[in-house]
Amino acid sequence: MPVKGGITTSGREETFSYRLWRYDGAPGELIPLLQSAQNHFGYVPRKAINYIAGVTGIPESEVYGVITFYSQFRLRPMGKHVIRACAGTACHVSGSKVIIETIEDELGIEVGGTTDDGLFTLNTVACIGCCSLAPVIMINDETHGNLTPASLRKLLRAFRRKAKLSVSKAAGRDAAAAG
Amino acid sequence: MKKVIVGMGTCGLSAGAQSTYDRLSELLSENAGSFELSGTGCIGMCYREPLVEIREGDERTIYGGVTPELVEEIFEKDVRGGKRLDEHIVYSLDGKGEPSGSEAEFLNSQTRIVLRNCGTIDPESIDEYEAAGGYRSVRKALLEMTPEGIVEEVKESGLRGRGGAGFPTGLKWSFAASYDSDTKYVVCNADEGDPGAFMDRSVLEGDPHSVLEGMIICGRAIGASFGYIYCRAEYPMAIHRLDLAIIAAREKGYLGKDILGSGFDFDLKIKQGAGAFVCGEETALFASIEGQRGMPRIRPPFPAEKGLWQKPTNNNNVETFANIPWIIDQGASAYAAYGTEKSRGTKVFALAGKVVHGGLAEVPMGTSIHDLVFKIGGGIKKGRKFKAVQMGGPSGGCIPDSLSDTPVDFESIPATGAIMGSGGMVVLDDTTCMVEMARFFLEFTQNESCGKCTFCRIGTLRMLEILTRITKGEGREGDIEKLTELGERIKEASLCGLGQTAPNPALSTIRFYRDEYEAHINSQKCPAGACDALVDFHIDAEKCTGCTLCAKNCPVDAISGEVKKLHVIDNSICVRCAKCVSSCNFDAIYKS
Ligand SMILES: Cc1cc2nc3c(=O)[nH]c(=O)nc-3n(C[C@H](O)[C@H](O)[C@H](O)COP(=O)(O)O)c2cc1C
Ligand code: FES
Repeated sequence: MPVKGGITTSGREETFSYRLWRYDGAPGELIPLLQSAQNHFGYVPRKAINYIAGVTGIPESEVYGVITFYSQFRLRPMGKHVIRACAGTACHVSGSKVIIETIEDELGIEVGGTTDDGLFTLNTVACIGCCSLAPVIMINDETHGNLTPASLRKLLRAFRRKAKLSVSKAAGRDAAAAG
Repeated sequence: MKKVIVGMGTCGLSAGAQSTYDRLSELLSENAGSFELSGTGCIGMCYREPLVEIREGDERTIYGGVTPELVEEIFEKDVRGGKRLDEHIVYSLDGKGEPSGSEAEFLNSQTRIVLRNCGTIDPESIDEYEAAGGYRSVRKALLEMTPEGIVEEVKESGLRGRGGAGFPTGLKWSFAASYDSDTKYVVCNADEGDPGAFMDRSVLEGDPHSVLEGMIICGRAIGASFGYIYCRAEYPMAIHRLDLAIIAAREKGYLGKDILGSGFDFDLKIKQGAGAFVCGEETALFASIEGQRGMPRIRPPFPAEKGLWQKPTNNNNVETFANIPWIIDQGASAYAAYGTEKSRGTKVFALAGKVVHGGLAEVPMGTSIHDLVFKIGGGIKKGRKFKAVQMGGPSGGCIPDSLSDTPVDFESIPATGAIMGSGGMVVLDDTTCMVEMARFFLEFTQNESCGKCTFCRIGTLRMLEILTRITKGEGREGDIEKLTELGERIKEASLCGLGQTAPNPALSTIRFYRDEYEAHINSQKCPAGACDALVDFHIDAEKCTGCTLCAKNCPVDAISGEVKKLHVIDNSICVRCAKCVSSCNFDAIYKS
């Protein structure tokens, strides 16, 4: 029963452009449209706001207002890998503060920031729902629990090595393809 | 044939259930036909994941902590050899229903109505749900009962809303039923905003059809033919399983036009939240479904009259809906037999924090906090001292160990100054500072306040500033009184439940732990040894390897020591930035 993902209740995968095209004036579509844009681009770019406002007739200012109200939406691109550190109650009492500080220190960024090489973005979330493994972080879709500063540094370093390697490999492939 | 079932809830997956499952499916393809493989939701023993169950007839054996290596052994010895690996069994039922295993107590002390199918059926299979009695209640409600009869039955069961406030569900349904309108809505609140609670997530992941079934029955009772499930986006697995469940229910004719030939139409849509705590409040939730900023609206008009899109709407919590099929199937009096006089039935709790058995537990209302923490929860981690439980998250409060006989129900818990909330129960030990706990929740609500009411927007910020100051040892005389007064004002002058309850964590800790506040303010001491600014830092001689990293990271050169020798922190120079704690590769630095 592996996770398939991407299915919707209408049984088909919907892209951002398909969703825009399908928009029929039904009310309440703004947030799903924004979510779809963010899924597509990784953030909500200026041009997506233009498109959505154009298609729905909702003023850009209002679209922007909705974006900034909800913490899910981002107006800037994210790193290739997203680290989400849990700052929920159970994680908090199990030491999430020092866990978050350790990530900030190891990657040289603050919560909400992205590393210069564009590899990592660090965010916090309120409860991932695995409180029994606190403190917990997620790297992309993988959850890691029962962390200490030391085990976390090991994890981050190993992950960073792998991530860099795959970037340089991809760059090598691109160079080879170009050459 | 033996059935091998892997726990694939979020808790299982994060403990590595995917590799366990993958190894099993490899074994299955190498040994085709040797067993049947499937997945299930969270059974509640999150602390022993990944869990793998071997089922044959009525015999069930559940193994805990199953790594891919252990899978091999289980396959060879148990699945093939028929010999059980006793040391890894957490729970087992022999053919006669006699339970045993190291964690038998955890499950035996529970009464599972909401969680009846969680951890036993494959949530992605509607057939398994039907085989467990699923959709029998839709059949009964649609073909044998009148809408009024359904409302009566729910009223009689005594079920009260599980979203926090405990409003009688049958009564709520009768309101929505009483308004005439061509369009009405059923809304399921799956926003689960309390950071530290995961009951609803486990139900959605482990038994999504039970929620759909409850909603269909509600639709029939109040005369609504469309429903929304508002699920937080942080729960991708729950959304995925709901998606599959809705598709399957449509195919089987439980959703759509003329359901089971009853002439009743009902369909559903999932709406994903976008990360705003206030959207758990029902009127803000409606605004969010409508595509706006999720700000609460003034009541009246109440949702039963003008809710979503200004139409009569009935909103209930996930767990409330999951109770409904059981009530219709087994009857109101069977349900009312559980619990206390005013709080009927059972309640699911998410146990977390410093408790040994972190996980999900469903118990009859009226069970004591002590039983939950010690009998089911297995006591406090590392043998430390039990200090309090935090209930109700950012809207709730702490209940100290001296009141641990308090029964959990809608009357007794509020009497302590906490609230039932949705069922998050975070257990605290003697290393948790109560002032810091209050600061943590105020920071959360301050951040999540939608900004509509001045008292909530500015008042919570002022409270947060005072609490932050106190935890830094900069508290002043009169701070406690100021917090209390501000708290009372915010409660009075806020429009929605967020502001009305935001001061609770501070007020309740002041009530029970005033001495801790005073110790911070008067003698700059944190009795729990938790507030960085008020403790001393030390290096553990056993763990320190003399790598010099802490000394290099210290901004004020408070750490001295030679390479490969024990380092020492001079607490008279130390500025308590705690940089050394996060920089140490050996977890050698501790506070006292
Ligand atoms: C700030 C705030 C957050 C809330 N969050 C939730 C939530 O996450 N889940 C929920 O079911 N109810 C939540 N509620 C309660 C709902 O407003 C509503 O009372 C509940 O969904 C009704 O369902 P019930 O009658 O089944 O309990 C919240 C209320 C407030 C004021
Ligand atoms: S509080 Fe961190 S996973 Fe729940």
